[in-house]
Amino acid sequence: MKIRTLAAGLLVGALTLTACGKEGTPSGGTGDTGTDAAALPTYTVAQNVDVAGSPTFAKIKGAGKLTIGVKDDQPGLGLKDPTTGKFQGFDIEIAKMVAAGLGFDESKITFTTVDSAAREAAITNGNVDYYVGTYTITDKRKTQVSFAGPYFMAGQDLLVRKDDTSITGPETLKGKKVCSVTGSTPIQRVRDQQLTEAGNIVEFQKYSQCVEKLITKEVDAVTTDDAILKGFAAQDPDNLKVVGKTFSQEPYGIGLPRDDAALRGKVDDLLQAAIDDGTWQKIYDATLGKSGSAATPPAIQRY
Amino acid sequence: MDVLLDNLDLYGPFFWTTIKLFLISGVASLIFGTFLAGLRVSPVPVFRAVGATYVTLIRNTPLTLVFVFLVFAYPLLDIVDLSYFTAAVVSLTLYTSAFICEVVRSGINTVPVGQAEAARALGLTFTQILGQIVLPQAIRSVVPPLMSMLIALLKNTTIAAGFSVAEAGAIRQYLSERGDNQLVGLLWVALGFIILVAVLSFIQRTLEKRWSVAR
Repeated sequence: MKIRTLAAGLLVGALTLTACGKEGTPSGGTGDTGTDAAALPTYTVAQNVDVAGSPTFAKIKGAGKLTIGVKDDQPGLGLKDPTTGKFQGFDIEIAKMVAAGLGFDESKITFTTVDSAAREAAITNGNVDYYVGTYTITDKRKTQVSFAGPYFMAGQDLLVRKDDTSITGPETLKGKKVCSVTGSTPIQRVRDQQLTEAGNIVEFQKYSQCVEKLITKEVDAVTTDDAILKGFAAQDPDNLKVVGKTFSQEPYGIGLPRDDAALRGKVDDLLQAAIDDGTWQKIYDATLGKSGSAATPPAIQRY
Repeated sequence: MDVLLDNLDLYGPFFWTTIKLFLISGVASLIFGTFLAGLRVSPVPVFRAVGATYVTLIRNTPLTLVFVFLVFAYPLLDIVDLSYFTAAVVSLTLYTSAFICEVVRSGINTVPVGQAEAARALGLTFTQILGQIVLPQAIRSVVPPLMSMLIALLKNTTIAAGFSVAEAGAIRQYLSERGDNQLVGLLWVALGFIILVAVLSFIQRTLEKRWSVAR
């Protein structure tokens, strides 16, 4: 038995290492967090778009295609289907909607996976034209990149095992093991506010590794934005639940090169239009909305 | 400079964790690696086979995989609970020992056979020959490669950042979330490592001078 457990563990380990297999694959049957193609809105590709004074737009216009930075391991938000190689989720749809507004249909888009820690570099170096991937707008980040949006308002929350009634909010975390991604804002908040003891803080490279440890009871809670956690809970509703008491405001923005105020204004316009005509709500309902919780569109903050 | 000063609360403790990881697993690897080298030159065939198998297996396994095993697979066995720091020390030690073993073994090969034969003629046991005659001569002839292995170990500690040990390798992710310039931040991390390696190089030169043998 031990040997078999070991073999299974090794396999899981190997798969985690190569970032394939279990990683982000919707577990069959229990819950479908994938994108419901039928319910998704279609986006009208704008013709003869011009964004005066935008170097980024001039570049993508010249190339005739655009590269968008996204995440590939967040169910319901930005997830790469390992069988088809297609990206799906709320962030992906927002990215497509903006691309259509700029005059590019889906076939002209290349999605590139960019890790959280590499986002500023990818945008600054021009590896991606814009970035849509649970990117919280902060003043400090605005010194390196600029943000359109927010296009979604998330908040820090806790993911726990379904049968765990001892954790009901941030104030009940004392003595519990809490997991999140290395150096992420949520885990820094847990540390700064001493929500649990320093020895009980666990940090891995990916949320899916934390969720794995949560299921095997080596940690008691996974913390990050509710949008991300809802995606995982919807994948495995028999074992996991989101506590549902957010304790921060995380406005998600679209990351753009810092010097490109013209493009930022244009993207803000496109987001506003999608919120006004109901496209935003349709996107939400077909992706994150399937977790069962409702959301209202955020107010665009122009600066 | 701002990036360093604004985040001293990161650099200080994280580099201290790096140093602790390095010192503990460094000493442990030197001991275990020398023991493995002893196995590989022992007169007992089974010991030699065990030593050779260990070295072949571990040298062909990426360090990250050793970490993944100890952090994700090992806990499922329910033997002894390791903290993440301990798991990192064990991973680094298991991995580095295989290389230290080969360095020490190459040092043993530099000791003239006559030394061991003379010792055996005096009636010393294998352990005595190895511990009192051969190893002291072997180690002093392999100080530079031994120190290279330790320097590699020092840099390998950064892998622990991905496995819940907050050390220098994790500083970039923290800076990224804080919105500080990661490139400048990484330069400070690099400078930290240069200082640490400089210390090791200094120790190497001192030992080389003190232990130099006229041949």
